[in-house]
Amino acid sequence: MPKTPLIELRNISYTYAYNTSPVLQNLNFSVSEKQIGIIGSNGCGKTTFFQIIVGLLAPDKGELLFQGKSVKNKADLRNLRKEVGFLFQSSDDQLFSPTVIEDVAFGPLNLGFSPVEAKRIAVETLAELGLSGFEDRITHRLSGGEKKLVALATILAMKPKLLLLDEPTNNLDPRTRKCLIDILQGLNLYQIIISHDWDFLNQTNSTLYQIEHGHIHRCEEDHIHVHSHIHRAGDHPHRHD
Amino acid sequence: MDERFAQGDSLLHRRDPKAKIIAAMALVSVAAVSDSFIVATTSLVLGMTLLFLTKLPLQPVLKRLLAINSFTLFLWLTLPLTYGGSKFVAIGPLPVSIEGLHIAALITLKTNAIVLTIIALLGTSKIANLGHALETLHFPEKLCFILLFSYRYVFIIYQEYRRLVRAAQMRCFVPTTTIHTYRTFGYLFGMTLVQSWNRATRVHRAMILRGFDGHLIPLSQSRYTTKDTVFLSTMLSLTAILALLNFL
Ligand SMILES: Nc1ncnc2c1ncn2[C@@H]1O[C@H](COP(=O)(O)OP(=O)(O)OP(=O)(O)O)[C@@H](O)[C@H]1O
Ligand SMILES: [Mg+2]
Repeated sequence: MPKTPLIELRNISYTYAYNTSPVLQNLNFSVSEKQIGIIGSNGCGKTTFFQIIVGLLAPDKGELLFQGKSVKNKADLRNLRKEVGFLFQSSDDQLFSPTVIEDVAFGPLNLGFSPVEAKRIAVETLAELGLSGFEDRITHRLSGGEKKLVALATILAMKPKLLLLDEPTNNLDPRTRKCLIDILQGLNLYQIIISHDWDFLNQTNSTLYQIEHGHIHRCEEDHIHVHSHIHRAGDHPHRHD
Repeated sequence: MDERFAQGDSLLHRRDPKAKIIAAMALVSVAAVSDSFIVATTSLVLGMTLLFLTKLPLQPVLKRLLAINSFTLFLWLTLPLTYGGSKFVAIGPLPVSIEGLHIAALITLKTNAIVLTIIALLGTSKIANLGHALETLHFPEKLCFILLFSYRYVFIIYQEYRRLVRAAQMRCFVPTTTIHTYRTFGYLFGMTLVQSWNRATRVHRAMILRGFDGHLIPLSQSRYTTKDTVFLSTMLSLTAILALLNFL
């Protein structure tokens, strides 16, 4: 555990243009655990929270710190984005090159690696994710699950320290889902995972946070659990008094 | 975009994109401005020869040509009747302008020649490589960027449009000539623009997050070799001959 957290949000508020109420309000957060799960109802601001972390949205108020230093200019953002990978809710938005290998090599090329090195990194990353042989596949003809894994490869190829995953198991079949869980468990980097998939969160994350009314707070572990038996609303967190 | 014509390993695929861009610009401009049948026919033959050299499968190329020629067909239907001029032949009750037929034929020849040349010379390089080549040729940076991205976004717009049309069809929308139809098409058109814009923004964000700063770096960089010089000189000589044919 480093003394200064990789990312820290201080008193962040954010309101979308044309909206009256803020999505996030005086939110404080720091990446202090290796694996963090984030829950919250639809539209509570989970994706917005991630976009603030990578600087896609500039907060109205508050401060974003990267390795203890305030993120102010383009150069700071560039450094931050080198270390923080963001897996989008929709992989269709994330893959834009014609072939898989070009898409995975895109990040390393931008980081200044030579084409030969970038290609090597891309091939290695694909192999690590069990995607060997996918190099020359056409990205928009992959299945949803394959797209998700390739999108993950494009991010891991940049060797980030922190991974932000926005509902990664949506629309995955049990086999791909299992595959993704195994991959994430095997990665030695910080991970923040947004998910509605309780079983998945249970298997991957050690700490749960909830976003609610513009704030984020840590869930008490004893109070939240998942039932494996059938039970009305059994897949939602609840307490037994 | 699948850049399907760029897959291959022919003589033309292996040429440096810089040489191909210059050759294509020269050939296309000579073909485009000429109004001589000899030039138009020769450039069509040249285009077909180039296509033959690419060893591309014919079917997708023919599909493209078919799409282009649905446009020229429209010219064949309108120009002979509307062009005017002094010489006419009567087809049934209609006076058909000889000059109109002439122009339609010329445009058809030139269009096909130009499309074939572009497929053979520019289609056989990947977009990233073409963009990089344009930058090396000192094209204005903004212009390169627009060229590269209009290509990509045209595709996104088309995808979004198909998606929305499908959604409308799922709900049993059948176009007729009612106000409901016109309104629906208005909505579809508007939504296509909004959705494409949103999607384009998200794709651009994905690129920025992976360190994109306006320059596409190609994964495989070709080196300009003597073979490229030979190719370019041959192409430019042919273009010069083509230009001289104008004065025959
Ligand atoms: N571009 C935008 N412009 C205006 N309002 C927006 C925009 N994007 C999101 N919002 C609003 O901000 C709120 C938070 O959105 P956000 O996408 O962060 O939610 P979320 O928690 O990720 O939801 P979900 O679980 O459905 O993905 C929502 O109420 C949404 O309507
Ligand atoms: Mg979301």
